[in-house]
Parts: sequence; structure tokens; C-alpha cells
Amino acid sequence: MLKANVTVVLKKSILDPQGSAVEKALKSMKYPVESVRIGKFMEVTLAEADRGKAEEIMHEICRKLLSNPVIEDYSFELEG
Amino acid sequence: MKIGIVRFPGSNCEVDCLEAWRVAGEDPVMIWHQETSVKGYDLIVLPGGFSYGDYLRTGAIARFSPIMDDVIRFAKSGGLVWGICNGFQILTECGLLPGALLRNAGLHFICSPQYLRVERTDLAFTGEYRQGQIIQIPVNHGEGNYTVDDEGLARLKANNQIVFRYVTLEGEVTDQGNPNGSRENIAGIVNKEGNVLGMMPHPERVVEESIGGVDGKGMFISILKHWERRTQHGA
Repeated sequence: MLKANVTVVLKKSILDPQGSAVEKALKSMKYPVESVRIGKFMEVTLAEADRGKAEEIMHEICRKLLSNPVIEDYSFELEG
Repeated sequence: MKIGIVRFPGSNCEVDCLEAWRVAGEDPVMIWHQETSVKGYDLIVLPGGFSYGDYLRTGAIARFSPIMDDVIRFAKSGGLVWGICNGFQILTECGLLPGALLRNAGLHFICSPQYLRVERTDLAFTGEYRQGQIIQIPVNHGEGNYTVDDEGLARLKANNQIVFRYVTLEGEVTDQGNPNGSRENIAGIVNKEGNVLGMMPHPERVVEESIGGVDGKGMFISILKHWERRTQHGA
């Protein structure tokens, strides 16, 4: 079994209102913060032992469902 | 006219749509999302709500409901599809409409009446309105901030696909009239072919004076009249 740690974030060109709100909060708390982007983290455990196949499957899953390519970028790391 | 309203787990405006159609004189059928065919229907409505709890992204999981393959086929063969609120989100997720709906710019969930300007009246959905008419229809969403990249926006404009814009009472397309940060105040768009419409506001909630207005009724009447004309021509 392999585990994929998936990160999905809004593309840089897309305004992230949640990130902006948190950024403002941190700045108002006087932390030296430049910017904040909020995304999603997902752990997917695969019933697949072959790393090559697992990568292929993960790319497909990420493109089809876990991210919306119109507004988001994804990345993942395989573990195990 | 045979109208189907798709009910997803978490839909909550499907009965409002049903009632609005009854006010307009039709009696739609509810289609459970696990069904696999929309054969024989003349119009498919994807209603508002929170399908699958809005998990992951709004509309993202509903888009893979069993019924959606056939809704996509139906839309691509020219069938009329009308997505309202969550229905609009589902239509962008499955790629029948361009762009995406993000969290409202102010982060607040918005439930309020909004002024819209009707930008197109040559569609099956809007024939009863006047070009540039200002109508008041409520919105009710947390993720209605329409976004599309520059290229996509240029295509929407070139193909005249913008159907409704948020405006002020005076009809001005300004930030003041824009409740959620939508690009170019876009509240509703249609596909290039004109048979798939998605909009965030809820016209089904303004079809009778007793519930606060009738500005949405025109859409239901437009569709019925379009259908009558079409079937008369076909006969």
C-alpha cells in the first residue's frame, strides 16, 4: 500500500479571500508576514504497491476530482 | 413540456423549483441522482442546495453522480439544461460551462435580493424580458464568486454568453452592485450554443407576489413559450 499526501491550492492568478483574511489577521498581530494562501491537504491511501502505477492513478484522481484545474494546482508525494 | 428536476443528496431548492413550475402551469418530475437516463425530457433543471454537503468543492462530487453522464450527453445534443445556484456550480465542475465559482469575496454567506440586468433576450430562457431590463432576484450562496481567466472571459464576450449581471438599482455594473466579487459582475452565463444556462440567483423564489415578487417568473414563461414555438414549428 502506498500513501499519497496531496496538496491543492488556488492558482496564483486566483484571488484567495480566505488567505487574504488570515494574512490581514496575522499582520494585525504584528507578525512579519508577507502573504498567506489557503489550500487543502488530503491523504489518499492506495490499494496499489507499484509506484509508477500509483503516480499515474494519483495524477488522474487529482485532475478529475481532487482539484479543479480551472482554479487550482495540485501536487502530491508518495509515501511507503 | 416534460421537465425533470434532478435531486442530489443535499439539494434543497428542488421543491421550490417544482412549485414555481406549477405556478407557470407545468408539472415536472423529480429525477433521483442515482438514475442513469434523462431520455424523453425536454428540459433538465439542476436545482440549488448543498449537494454532498459541498464537500471538496461545491458541485464537485455531484458532477460524478450516475445521472450526470446522461445530462452531459443530453446537453451536448442540444437539450435544454438550467442550473440554478448549486446547479450552476455543478455545470462549471462538469465543464458544460466555463469558469468556476469561488468563495464570495467578502467571505460572508449572502442571502439577499439583488438587482440583475438582463444582457440577452434571444435565448430559450429569457425571451420574456427586455434587453437591459433590471430585475430583482434573490441570491443565497457562500460560493458565488464567478471567476474565469482572461482568455475565457474574452470568449464569453465574443460569443455573447453573459446573460445576467449584478447591477445597482440604476442598472450600473459597479462594485457597489456586485455582492460577491464575481468577475465583471457576472451572475449567469450560457454555453456557446445557448441551450445550457447557469446562474447563481434564484428565480424560482420570485414567481408570486405573495412570496415577494414575480421578476423570476419570466424565465419559466420564456422557456414554455420557446417550447411551444419549437413544437409548433416541428408539427
